[in-house]
Amino acid sequence: MTLMPTSAKAMPPPRPRRPRFRRQALTGWGFAGPFVAVFALVFLAPIGYAIHLSLYRDRLIGGTSFVGLDNYEAALTDTRFWEGLTRVGLFLAIQVPIMLGIALLVALAIDSGRLYGKSFFRVSIFLPYAVPAVVASLMWGFMYGTRFGLVGNINDTFGTELPDPLSPDLVLASIGNIVTWEFVGYNMLIFYSALKVVPRSLYEAAAIDGAGEWRIIASVKLPAIRSALIIATIFSIIGSFQLFNEPSILQKLAPNAITTDFTPNLYTFSLSFSGQQHNYAATVAIVMGVITAIIAYAVQLRGMRKG
Amino acid sequence: MTTHIAGATADSTEPATPNEPPARAHTAVAARAARPRRRPHTPLNPRPSIPLTLVTGLVLLYTLLPLAWLVINASKNQKDLMDSFGLWFGEDFELWDNITRTLTYDDGVFVRWLLNTLLYVAAGAGGATVLAVLGGYALAKYEFPGRRAVFAVVIGAVAVPGTALAVPTFLMFSELGLTNTPWAVIIPSLISPFGLYLMWVFASEAVPTELLEAARIDGSGELRTFFTVALPLLMPGTVTVLLFSMVATWNNYFLPLIMIKDPDWYPLTLGLDSWSAQARTAGGEAVFDLIITGSLLTIVPIVAVFLLLQRYWQSGLSAGSVKE
Repeated sequence: MTLMPTSAKAMPPPRPRRPRFRRQALTGWGFAGPFVAVFALVFLAPIGYAIHLSLYRDRLIGGTSFVGLDNYEAALTDTRFWEGLTRVGLFLAIQVPIMLGIALLVALAIDSGRLYGKSFFRVSIFLPYAVPAVVASLMWGFMYGTRFGLVGNINDTFGTELPDPLSPDLVLASIGNIVTWEFVGYNMLIFYSALKVVPRSLYEAAAIDGAGEWRIIASVKLPAIRSALIIATIFSIIGSFQLFNEPSILQKLAPNAITTDFTPNLYTFSLSFSGQQHNYAATVAIVMGVITAIIAYAVQLRGMRKG
Repeated sequence: MTTHIAGATADSTEPATPNEPPARAHTAVAARAARPRRRPHTPLNPRPSIPLTLVTGLVLLYTLLPLAWLVINASKNQKDLMDSFGLWFGEDFELWDNITRTLTYDDGVFVRWLLNTLLYVAAGAGGATVLAVLGGYALAKYEFPGRRAVFAVVIGAVAVPGTALAVPTFLMFSELGLTNTPWAVIIPSLISPFGLYLMWVFASEAVPTELLEAARIDGSGELRTFFTVALPLLMPGTVTVLLFSMVATWNNYFLPLIMIKDPDWYPLTLGLDSWSAQARTAGGEAVFDLIITGSLLTIVPIVAVFLLLQRYWQSGLSAGSVKE
């Protein structure tokens, strides 16, 4: 990934003396060992185990048998999986640009120095990041309610007939709103942080050359924070493909609108924990992981090439 | 994730904007002018704009309105919840009564969930911070074979969907007999790739290698050097990692959802979700008022920690920022 610019710089030059080197190696592993050991247990082992599981199938009669790539074949032709994938694809195409767009505008506004009370803006808009997805989803779920939620209030007060945000047609957009609310401030902070490290002298130089504020944004600020924009986009894509918490919690309020295969992750979850199809669930999870990685990688390549 | 945040700069570390009249203006100029003189507005020091503040205020409103809704509705009883307008108070103000009932409902199970959450945060986020500090320090300050590989694998793993790991992790832990115990939540919480990355960058910048060399020449052992020389220098980064791990653990839902079946071991998030599910089940009592009050009680501590420690985590992030 693009995240290690200082690491190479930070490494001390190799030392010629052997005994010294060995002592360094031992101590280094001594300090890093605990992290690596737990990491192997909770990251690497499950990935290996998932691949192992995906090659077997559990039958009622005959027990577990090796089936090669049969599970993958099944997953790739599974309409329930593809419908979920299409749904998160649609979600990602609409929600991510809206969320990142708002976050970028707010970051630029705060960075411009033209706001009254800019620290208050920065902290307050970041605040939802600290709110658990469970609370955010329950809160919005209640507010969406046509009976005693805000939508119901508005209908009662104004005699309107607003559509139900928790109906099957609208529930995806309603989830998009919750996710936007949760992460707009987080992404704003990323963009704002990136803007802060841009040398101010660049703006001064641009202003002397006669560039207006919009021109400075387009020609100086945005190119300067390109890597932050790419990284935020990649993480938002990964997040969209992993969509689980919000639909899982809203399911209790809108069981008819949110099916057990609403997103690929909900599908994996229900396969595994309601359907006891662990092998197939592992396969779907791997396929989903590979698709996510490919798309994230493609976005990164594309973003880098522009520079 | 969130590595890129490492550029965040606290406002406190910014140079004072010339917009605010500096104190020294008074000494020389005060005799001449009754009002302290303002510097002229330049592109670097623009005049605050009311329209821009109002437009950005819309986003602020969007962010804060749901939280206001939560606070207001935590003060209502079930009847007012149904009958009164969502963004204003009901006939009765019953916040304290609601809090009492939330804490005592079902033999005080909410308090149990709160204690569980505190346990998961203390052990999970605390452990994650210790591992990240040790690991980041090692990666930044020691040369050992496999160092680059460790870093590449850890960063690559960030892109693996957490949910893709869920099923196999659950099955593994189930075979080890760890599911339905606190260990099943704590152990996976111990790894924070973001924390490791931040500590790596932070240690590279904050701990001069010459200082470690000097300590070694003085005969200090590696452990002693770490505790007496490096650790104090690593404190701001450590606080930042601790805070972000705390939020992640406090807000965790997915991991306990798959690992914990026994409500006695639920964290707050899972408990609230189970109250929400309860209204759906036949014969289950609908406790919307308790869910709303419980939600408020769940976010207050973590929001308070964030606001109180703002200066520390923001300075930690900025100190660990990547210099170009």
